[in-house]
Amino acid sequence: METLDLTLVDWSRAQFALTAIYHWLFVPLTLGLGVIISVMETYYYKTGDEEWKRITKFWMKLFGINFAVGVATGIILEFEFGTNWSNYSWFVGDIFGAPLAIEGIMAFFMESTFIAVMFFGWNKVSKKFHLAATWLTVIGATISALWILVANAWMQFPDGMHFNPDTVRNEMADFWAVLFSPVAMYKFFHTVTSSWIVGSAFVIAVSAWFLLKKRELNLAKRSIRIAALFGLLGTLLTAFTGDGSAWQVAQKQPMKLAAMEGMYQGQQKAGLIIVGVLNPSKKTYDDGIDPFLFNIKVPGLLSLMANRKLDSYVPGVNDLIDGGYPLVTKQGDSLITLSAEQKMEKGKLAVQGLKEYKLAKTAGNDSLAKVYLAQLEENFPYFGYGYIKEKKELVPNVPLTFYTFHLMVMIGMYFILFFILAWYMNKKNTLHSQKWMLGLSMLGLPLAYISSECGWIVAEVGRQPWVIQDIMPVNMAVSQISAGSVMTTFILFAVLFTVLLVSEVSIMIKQIKKGPEGLN
Amino acid sequence: MDYSFYQHYWWFLISLLGALLVFLTFVQGGQSLIYQIGKSDLERTMLINTIGRKWEFTFTTLVTFGGAFFASFPLFYSTSFGGAYWAWMALLFCFIIQAVSYEFRSKKGNLLGKKTFDIFLFINGVGILLLGVVVATMFTGSEFVVNKANLTNIEMPVISTWSNSLHGLEALLNVRNLLLGLGVLFLARVLGELYFIQTINDDNIQARSRKLLVFDTALFLVFFLSFLIWTLVAKGYAVDPETQVVSMENAKYLHNLLQMPVVAVVFLLGVVSVLFGIIWTLLKPKFIQGIWFTGIGTVATVLALLLLAGWNNTAYYPSNTDLQSSLTISNSSSSLFTLQVMSIVSLLIPFVLWYIYKAWKAINGKQIDADEMNGNDMKY
Repeated sequence: METLDLTLVDWSRAQFALTAIYHWLFVPLTLGLGVIISVMETYYYKTGDEEWKRITKFWMKLFGINFAVGVATGIILEFEFGTNWSNYSWFVGDIFGAPLAIEGIMAFFMESTFIAVMFFGWNKVSKKFHLAATWLTVIGATISALWILVANAWMQFPDGMHFNPDTVRNEMADFWAVLFSPVAMYKFFHTVTSSWIVGSAFVIAVSAWFLLKKRELNLAKRSIRIAALFGLLGTLLTAFTGDGSAWQVAQKQPMKLAAMEGMYQGQQKAGLIIVGVLNPSKKTYDDGIDPFLFNIKVPGLLSLMANRKLDSYVPGVNDLIDGGYPLVTKQGDSLITLSAEQKMEKGKLAVQGLKEYKLAKTAGNDSLAKVYLAQLEENFPYFGYGYIKEKKELVPNVPLTFYTFHLMVMIGMYFILFFILAWYMNKKNTLHSQKWMLGLSMLGLPLAYISSECGWIVAEVGRQPWVIQDIMPVNMAVSQISAGSVMTTFILFAVLFTVLLVSEVSIMIKQIKKGPEGLN
Repeated sequence: MDYSFYQHYWWFLISLLGALLVFLTFVQGGQSLIYQIGKSDLERTMLINTIGRKWEFTFTTLVTFGGAFFASFPLFYSTSFGGAYWAWMALLFCFIIQAVSYEFRSKKGNLLGKKTFDIFLFINGVGILLLGVVVATMFTGSEFVVNKANLTNIEMPVISTWSNSLHGLEALLNVRNLLLGLGVLFLARVLGELYFIQTINDDNIQARSRKLLVFDTALFLVFFLSFLIWTLVAKGYAVDPETQVVSMENAKYLHNLLQMPVVAVVFLLGVVSVLFGIIWTLLKPKFIQGIWFTGIGTVATVLALLLLAGWNNTAYYPSNTDLQSSLTISNSSSSLFTLQVMSIVSLLIPFVLWYIYKAWKAINGKQIDADEMNGNDMKY
């Protein structure tokens, strides 16, 4: 019997992770810096002050360099769903394809049309048209983010669809449920506002370098004024939507939440870990080894975050595998949760129901088909569990999820203080003389990127093995190509994207050193 | 309006996007000409800057073409992309290297040097041949099997499987596919030349573009007409509308053309418009708007050609391994509800075209010349 090569699944995941992580190095700067240059140009439009135009053009140049690599790394992500996840493309394409198409029609054309006006239109169109073009470029980028995040959120919380056994796929039943799912909304605002942090950190870091070099003082101060306030706004909104996202995760992906907190045993009044070091000798969820070498918790905070109740119960990894703990659903019903084995059993019944349904249909036996259809429908919420071979596959990589989550939150909290301080010192005109603060400002840039990438690692590693939560695991989603082919394209992408990244950074540094006078 | 209406409507939109994409390959055609028409650094800079203001439209249309195909005919997305892996990957690599080349080529610190990025642009330009080759497989067929029942095979649940280990590269070994690939490449060059003629105020570039236009038109016609005639008389993949059984039919695409007179008219008008744009440009040295005639003609011709592949009970992505695995607009489409939702979204398309036109005019108001390239404005 033919079987899927597991290294194929691993290479396909690695390739997606690689390309997504690279792409995400460029997107947040586009989203964040885009708003900042639009605000700067608005100042120019309102005041007519040529200095604002000079400042806008300087940042716009850097924006363009970054944008190009964002485009280059983005195209592959869209097509990878087909090339490397072909089964996925059919199984949920009826729902997942729509946001991708809408993204193209609504957002990509807006971006690509107006970015050309933004760069080449300075002496060709009116000031007003140019300003509109600049705003429309970043609005287009943000709408693009909306649709792709709606698509991603749907994978984490599949809603608004039903399974059609005749076409063997999930089909959309409610477009608004897909678009306005709470997971999608939190994800969109969390991701976009966190990108504002990256944009602001970038502007402050570059400006701080100018202040250190005692160059372009006016440009630096004006830029920091906007970036610090915008960054602060971004950070506060990110914290707020991050809390909302975690709440959603607790309801819809409790295993991810358990991994984020490194929590194996569930508890009432669960504490949120502030800092912690995991025990590296813990290898599996059921080996009985204490997961932590050390940690500091705030009691009850995790329960509050997860269920909005201080004394509520939050399940750990082991509880989610073993089941048997009581749960009150949104509708207010009390139930006892299933164990992984029970879910896997139900998943197998669902898959078998589908198989027998198809056979009965082919044989023209409608009454038998009906019986199996009922079996399929009853067990469909666990369909993906039918493809899980061992229950340990249901536990994501806990250390990676735990550390990236905590690093992200710590950096986020740090940024609140940082932006307030940067804004205050800039306002008091003391920033340029405080070398330690200028140093911190430059350090902010890598921190912002690390935090931003960590967010995606939490979201994507934490949901493993699911490509569609509970419905489709990764091993059911891949294309059938040789692992060697995917390994080859992985290496090609790794080399090409690394070269592009190094070129981009090198061009950026040269351009910054030249300053606004050295445009072109 | 029933399910079949929406399936036909969406095949029309996919065909239209594909047709616009082929028109917009004047960017790639132009890139393939940078060494032949641009003899000095300044000339190359002019060429690259005039197409550089449009490259994102081509790129975006390709991405949207992909997204729209995914949303409307997801079985094509899973079967073709996952199967013809290497053909698509090669095409995508050509586009990845394009996306940075304009922005990076003349920037200090670009690591690889201007020459390399210009070569990247050239590769992307010639690489457009691949697009023609994969589109041609819609008429010549590929080797794959689709079996939805595979999903319940837990050990190997993949629905669409490719039947050879070349994974798409075999399409390059088919003469008819290559004819269309070369046809698309030389059409792109013709369009590129017409675009240079319209947008660059430089005697040398004008003269060289006009000279090459004759040569590239001849090659385009040879390759494209060979593909066209061969395809019209060849066997095609017919679908029985009642049973959905796919069978080979003699001169199927010729029959489609005759049975859909509107499509035939669009096709003929397209061909006439393509030729008019070229011939008028060659005859009238002052005439520079040929790109619009040939461009719109290209859209009409390609649109009609793609409609021949999918409408009138035809399998648009045929399988030569298992004829009944062939994809048709009815067996590969999204659900009725999704097509309806997407159809509402598609009402935005005229608005998108309107603002593209506005922005296009605003930027192309004046021809590019050497003075502008030596000035301080933004340039590539």
